[in-house]
Amino acid sequence: MHGIDYPLLLRSMVRGMGTSLSLFGLTLAITLPLGLVISAGRMSRNPVVRNSVRAYLLIMRGTPLMLQLFFFYFGPYYIFGIRGADRFTMAVVAFGLNYAAYFAEIYRGGIESIPIGQREAAEALGLTRSQTFLKIVLPQVLKRVTPPMGNEFMTLVKDTALANVIAVSEMFDVAKKAASGSVSAAPFIVAGAFYLAMNSVVEQAFRFAERRLSYYQ
Amino acid sequence: MREILTVSGIRKSFGAHEVLCGISLTVRKGEALAIIGPSGSGKSTLLRCVTQFETIDGGAIEVDGETMVATDSSGAVRYADKSALRRIRLKVGLVFQNFNLFPHYSVLRNLMEAPVSVLKLSKSEAEARALALLSKMGLSDKSNAYPYQLSGGQQQRVSIARAMALSPEILFFDEPTSALDPELTGEVLKIIRSLADEDTTMVIVTHEMAFAREVADNVVFMDEGAIVEQGSAEALFGGATHERTRQFLTRYNR
Repeated sequence: MHGIDYPLLLRSMVRGMGTSLSLFGLTLAITLPLGLVISAGRMSRNPVVRNSVRAYLLIMRGTPLMLQLFFFYFGPYYIFGIRGADRFTMAVVAFGLNYAAYFAEIYRGGIESIPIGQREAAEALGLTRSQTFLKIVLPQVLKRVTPPMGNEFMTLVKDTALANVIAVSEMFDVAKKAASGSVSAAPFIVAGAFYLAMNSVVEQAFRFAERRLSYYQ
Repeated sequence: MREILTVSGIRKSFGAHEVLCGISLTVRKGEALAIIGPSGSGKSTLLRCVTQFETIDGGAIEVDGETMVATDSSGAVRYADKSALRRIRLKVGLVFQNFNLFPHYSVLRNLMEAPVSVLKLSKSEAEARALALLSKMGLSDKSNAYPYQLSGGQQQRVSIARAMALSPEILFFDEPTSALDPELTGEVLKIIRSLADEDTTMVIVTHEMAFAREVADNVVFMDEGAIVEQGSAEALFGGATHERTRQFLTRYNR
């Protein structure tokens, strides 16, 4: 049995958390706008666009994220014999494409829940299509998608742990290595506390956002 | 008086079902026209065709001297170009049955949005115009309220003000009191009556027969996609010539 060097563990956990947070932040920076574009494709009147997007959504939501991580990291080499980008970049790509699929469907639910009368009223007042979307539809959509988005954000915090399967040294990867080095469950408990802390920030942020948006019904 | 709206022989089908079978009517400046008729007679579809929410399958529509759509001799329906349609749209105000106020905007912002972002009025100009309209609607104290804080009657009055904020040549009302309980109907009808007294050009689709009789200059009675009878309010309510019109009106006068 080795004793655990707690200061060292905490230092490396904080470094791992930095990687987890970058993965979290970059994924959101990509998926929040990308999801909106994909939801537009899913609602397109063009059947080729609509059905291609449906197939994409089925694949991304219908297969394990862990498998997708493997695919994006190892795929380029196994299939084309070329080296893909580094682990972290490929993790961002996999998370981005995966989470954009979920966000797209949440946006679509939000957009389709806005009564058609809202768009007609805007149109009758002479607003252009983009003005109608940006000023009338989108603000109302954001209010409606906030609760389900809270779910997704929290899941994403936890899902970043999956990046360890392609050896991205995020928080869980660090804990796993520390645990096997010290033959102790303590690193896992510390990691759990870190995830919980991150998600309590997410939860607070969403509570704040929902309160800010509660000025109308 | 100059004609603000001219509808000539318009036809509209949904699939095999012909909803409008050759409707013609005109509305002159300052005139209030009521369109009455049973549910499913095509009243709302007619309104939606004139307000560009549906396209027609034949006939012609002219708004304030400008052709919105016409049908050539080969039967092809031709709409005016985009900029003309947009110009026409701004001459037409529409009040919805379900108000359709923007819930995330205050009453004032609901009234200012289009004048600012469509007519490009300055904020202060749009605000002055909005406040004047609100006072006319008896809602001066509600400018900072959100739609959910208002009664149905108040919401409908705001939506009338919103439509008027663009100073349209003609105002359309699509069953403006149908979503209101009887106690709130009166306040909305009072506003429309006052607009009629100021010679606002309007077309009102309504089930309020007493109101139509009192406020409208002319009345159109529609049934099954066609105009059965049209004439002055006095003539139509006083002594309809068609059996179908009489039958419809007696049901309301009982």
